[in-house]
Amino acid sequence: MTETSTAERHSQRRDEPHDGARSGVDAAGSERTASAIHMQGLHKRFGASTVALDGVDLTIEAGEFFTLLGPSGCGKTTLLRILAGLEDADQGRLTIGERDVTEVAPHHRSVNTVFQSYALFPHLSVRDNLAFGLKMRGVDRAEREARVERIAEFIQLGDLIDRRIDQLSGGQRQRIALARALVCEPDVLLLDEPLSALDAGLRSQLQVELLRVQKRLGMTFVFVTHDQDEAMVMSDRIAVLNGGTIQQVGPPREVYERPVNAFVARFMGHANLYPISARQGQRVTTELGELELEPDLDTPQQGGGELLLIRPETLDVRLGRHQGVNHLAGRITERLYRGSHAEFRLAVGDTTLQATINNRGRRLPEVGDEVTLVVAPEDLVTVAN
Amino acid sequence: MTDTAVLGRSQGMVREARHLLFTVTPGAAWIIVFLVLPSAYLMGVAFMTNGPYGLPQMPLSLDSFKQLAGFGFLGWSPGNLYTLLRSLWQTLVATGLVVIVAYPIAYYITTCRAKWRPIMLLLVVVPSWTNQVIRTFGWMNLLAPGTPLSSVAESLGLIAPNMGLYPSNFAVTLGLVYNFLPFMVLPLYAAFEKLDTAQVEAAQDLYATPVKAFWHAVFPQTLPGLLAGIVLVAIPAFGMYVIPELLGGGKALMLGNLVANQFSGGSNWPLGAAGAILMLLATFAGLYAMRRIGKRLGGGEEVVI
Repeated sequence: MTETSTAERHSQRRDEPHDGARSGVDAAGSERTASAIHMQGLHKRFGASTVALDGVDLTIEAGEFFTLLGPSGCGKTTLLRILAGLEDADQGRLTIGERDVTEVAPHHRSVNTVFQSYALFPHLSVRDNLAFGLKMRGVDRAEREARVERIAEFIQLGDLIDRRIDQLSGGQRQRIALARALVCEPDVLLLDEPLSALDAGLRSQLQVELLRVQKRLGMTFVFVTHDQDEAMVMSDRIAVLNGGTIQQVGPPREVYERPVNAFVARFMGHANLYPISARQGQRVTTELGELELEPDLDTPQQGGGELLLIRPETLDVRLGRHQGVNHLAGRITERLYRGSHAEFRLAVGDTTLQATINNRGRRLPEVGDEVTLVVAPEDLVTVAN
Repeated sequence: MTDTAVLGRSQGMVREARHLLFTVTPGAAWIIVFLVLPSAYLMGVAFMTNGPYGLPQMPLSLDSFKQLAGFGFLGWSPGNLYTLLRSLWQTLVATGLVVIVAYPIAYYITTCRAKWRPIMLLLVVVPSWTNQVIRTFGWMNLLAPGTPLSSVAESLGLIAPNMGLYPSNFAVTLGLVYNFLPFMVLPLYAAFEKLDTAQVEAAQDLYATPVKAFWHAVFPQTLPGLLAGIVLVAIPAFGMYVIPELLGGGKALMLGNLVANQFSGGSNWPLGAAGAILMLLATFAGLYAMRRIGKRLGGGEEVVI
């Protein structure tokens, strides 16, 4: 691997922006570029038996807010660590921007990480933590100080700059960790569940803040989380991982509304899933009865999936008995009132089903009510098992 | 306020006082009898005059401190000063070498599998369960003239023929390093075991080369253990008596030997007491310095010793 100095690479990128690079504006207002990431056949195993990654092919576009989503042990953190260079892939290639970095040490990659535990240096002040990356890169003192001041202003923590780390709250530490990585102006910023240690209120506030930072800088963000709500709020695109393989890649709506398989459907939210016992044209038969689909939604790959997916919020719950296409007769067996909405469990024939209704101040059905469930054909999707 | 309430409170105070008396007295008595009184006696002796058979006598004087500084009947001689400097130098060299040897050992043990670690630590500690004098005699046998080690050193031209590695300053240093190794390995091991590897990864991620990542992310985390180890090694080493006496062959005296000789040979108790006080002062100075260093490198945080 040949080494180009940071300065050289920066000037090179400014002079001749190449494909896969998108420009944005950094905290200083100067032009900068983001880098695309290409992963090809990445394999990683730990010990003899634990397979962390089992052939990952993935392209992350320049300037994208990309999320790696999955349950614990799915390989998302391993993948992030391979991007950072903290872990080496057993097989496969990794390119960031134009550069093959498969075997490049972490300190030679223009990639920075926000760690789950923040990993701030407790023996250094906030200022020295922020300046660390610049110092290691050999940025001279005057510029270093200017950039540290600027980034501290940018994340609105300028008044904390001379504090010690143990004098900061969790939310402040999180922001310092973010700023410590951003100040280096990396091509790619990696975030390893950076908000998981924070309480719900602060968490949603920082989600918005993070998203704004990313849009403003136009930097490529790769975000790891196990929280599908967080993933949907933040991401341009999501890759859902399970068992070391990518299940589906797509924008949040696509992954939630058109999941390719039962795992993705269940992981992204509440899912009513029923095996399809027979199909005739656009009509499928399940234990709920006969239902009609939209032809272009009979995924995956138009061959039709083995399972029918009904999201709880796509069901229209009407009191009384009604007739029509995709009308199902049911009875409420359970109600969970949640203020803004209510969740219902219903008995339809011999099977059960979940439905969610927004609370618009009208009468909410009670347990025991006879209701009719209506679902539009365009809201029905078939998924693979 | 009613009388019973006052009575109840005073009863409570009595109980508390009794409780304090029972718990604190034994320790306090021990410290007074075996530390405070002897120290006060030593202090007094140091300011007395040397009498026949080396026993202290009145009047009070500063003679012993003058002698310690080298002023004798025949004018100034540098003998005691050399001893003091040799003590400092030996302590410095031995402590430095102990750090160099112990640091990798402690790190290595933490990289071993969890079930092997207690055994490795045991192997480090076990030798110190044997009497120090016996272990030191062991080194005398290993380093004496004509032994394989000495022969090798001789053939390499490191020592003069038939001199042997013992007795020498080298033997004293070796003995000190060997003797104090466990006291450095244990606190360092404790520091390494709770090392936050995320900090090391963060340093690498922020463009630190492996050497810089060690210096900025590993070393500061092991600093409390290191300082604790230095205190545990340097202070006893400074006052060490057995090892210089045996391995130095009575030539490479340290402060501990100087003090011991003044008392045991019946030569000069006040001078010995003055030496002991000097040792005590040096120890306090060293502890204070360690605290300051710990505070500065620890980012203002207290390094507990």
